[in-house]
Amino acid sequence: MMADSILKGKAFKFGDDISTDQIIPGRYAQLRSNPPELAKHVMEDADQTFAQKVKPGDFIVAGKNFGLGSSREHAPLVIKMSGVSAILASSVARIFFRNAINQGLPVLICDTDKIDSGDELEINLTTGTILNKTKGIRLTSGKIPKVMLDILSEGGLIPYINKYGDFKL
Amino acid sequence: MGKTLSEQILSEKSGVDVTAGDIVITPVDLVFVQDTTGPLTIRQFKESKHSSLANPQRSVIFIDHAVPSPNRQLSNDHQFLRQFARETGCIISEGGQGICHQLVAENFANPGDIIVGADSHTVTAGALGAFATGMGSSDIAVALALGKTWFRVPESFKINLSGKFQKWVSSKDLVLYLIGKIGADGATYKALEFSGEAMPEICISQRLTIANMAVEAGAKVGIFPSDEVTREFLVAQGRAIKYRPLQPDADAEYEQTLAINLSELEPMVAKPHTVDNVAPVQTLSGIKINQVFIGTCTNGRVEDLAIAASILKDKKCHPDVRLVVAPASRHVLASALELGYIQALVAAGATLVPPGCAACLGLHQGVLGDKEVCLSTANRNFKGRMGNPEAFIYLASPATAAASALTGEITDPRKLK
Repeated sequence: MMADSILKGKAFKFGDDISTDQIIPGRYAQLRSNPPELAKHVMEDADQTFAQKVKPGDFIVAGKNFGLGSSREHAPLVIKMSGVSAILASSVARIFFRNAINQGLPVLICDTDKIDSGDELEINLTTGTILNKTKGIRLTSGKIPKVMLDILSEGGLIPYINKYGDFKL
Repeated sequence: MGKTLSEQILSEKSGVDVTAGDIVITPVDLVFVQDTTGPLTIRQFKESKHSSLANPQRSVIFIDHAVPSPNRQLSNDHQFLRQFARETGCIISEGGQGICHQLVAENFANPGDIIVGADSHTVTAGALGAFATGMGSSDIAVALALGKTWFRVPESFKINLSGKFQKWVSSKDLVLYLIGKIGADGATYKALEFSGEAMPEICISQRLTIANMAVEAGAKVGIFPSDEVTREFLVAQGRAIKYRPLQPDADAEYEQTLAINLSELEPMVAKPHTVDNVAPVQTLSGIKINQVFIGTCTNGRVEDLAIAASILKDKKCHPDVRLVVAPASRHVLASALELGYIQALVAAGATLVPPGCAACLGLHQGVLGDKEVCLSTANRNFKGRMGNPEAFIYLASPATAAASALTGEITDPRKLK
């Protein structure tokens, strides 16, 4: 489905109910038109050291209701800019889910209890399977609607609309 | 099979007979952004191949989150928004006119409309029987360009309301109770549909408070039927012609039905740092507070200021408490001045700030200090929300907020002499 459908990286584990205020605090609203500066504060109120530690390809792994709160698309935008290649969560909030896909950032819904911080993961986006190489276990992710898969495979909503001119169900 | 309100509206607008779980494309009746999501929306729009808006007179930019602007970057964002309005002919609501959701209710939302906004509290317009929901900048950019969007038709929870609020208990207590019961993700992707014999008792201001917080349970929409209460509001707003009755079909299918008797509710508080961390006010009495914030799209209306003023009139706020009051719109401010509420609040020691989002999102006009505690009438108490991750936010009704401003600690308004 996607050109780079195998993703490899390390897990950064977060708990339940990580809000968009923790992902990118509202107090940095003045940086929203300067994404590189804004991105320095990614996940700041959940883990102050995250921005320094994360490496390209790594994963955010969270509990339930990740991304609740504000509609700010800056939340998935700065996560993507940090190099994170996908988000894994036991559930995600509705607006964040759409925003992440619209930014071309994959979101996989799976049993994240079986993943700890530092675990090496390999994700096959085509099949939706997650291999936890550290623990030697394989997880599967829930299905997402076809329209969202199509948007994701074009790299986001704007490229999708530029290609098709309209939504195609 | 009968239809829920959500299924009715999405079927009518899409021209397809839909039920929960279907994916549909629908036209949108109103699209809007505010000043902290608008600039990214415009940049996304400019990356699309579109240069004009599908419907400029139903596209609105609200400058409300950072007003008057606290810094040059946000002032430049405001310039960028004004320039886009000039280029495209969309409507711009300047700083000081009020919060987007309040102004949508006052001027734009109608029963049966589909409304999308780049702000999560777009759900507020569900109070008027609109299918209204928040989206991010890319979705809103496309809605501006194409005049349509896609939805998954939500399953609905029926929230069946009976009884009558006791004195000092209001819709804020009801919605906090509801969120506490179902959880911050209890209604994710679902519609909360309110109905029941209590409807005539719940005015539009109270319905706006309830619909506003539907998103705090994860819901896509929080929607009320359109009834006589709706008609009276639309008549008062000069939109009588837009009234149409809307009720769910008697045999509509719901994923869940919850019954709440308003008579049994008591004042409630959401404790830090999640909105579903709810407890009765009387179990928290004695917690010292540093700031009280009365305002926002949740509780910044004339009816809210009336309650606060009735408690604080001819009294003084506790010396250790800063009371910040932000009317939800210029219209609210003017009405509250005419009725003497603002004078009563200011005489009691309140600091009045301009109509807008004010202290709610942590940018300005009441940022909290380390370890400080704020009791707020807003809708979110997330860590860091009011500008400081070391601070603590409790959410409550205007009555609880005013009572607590008086005593300096979280106070059940029923206990005031």
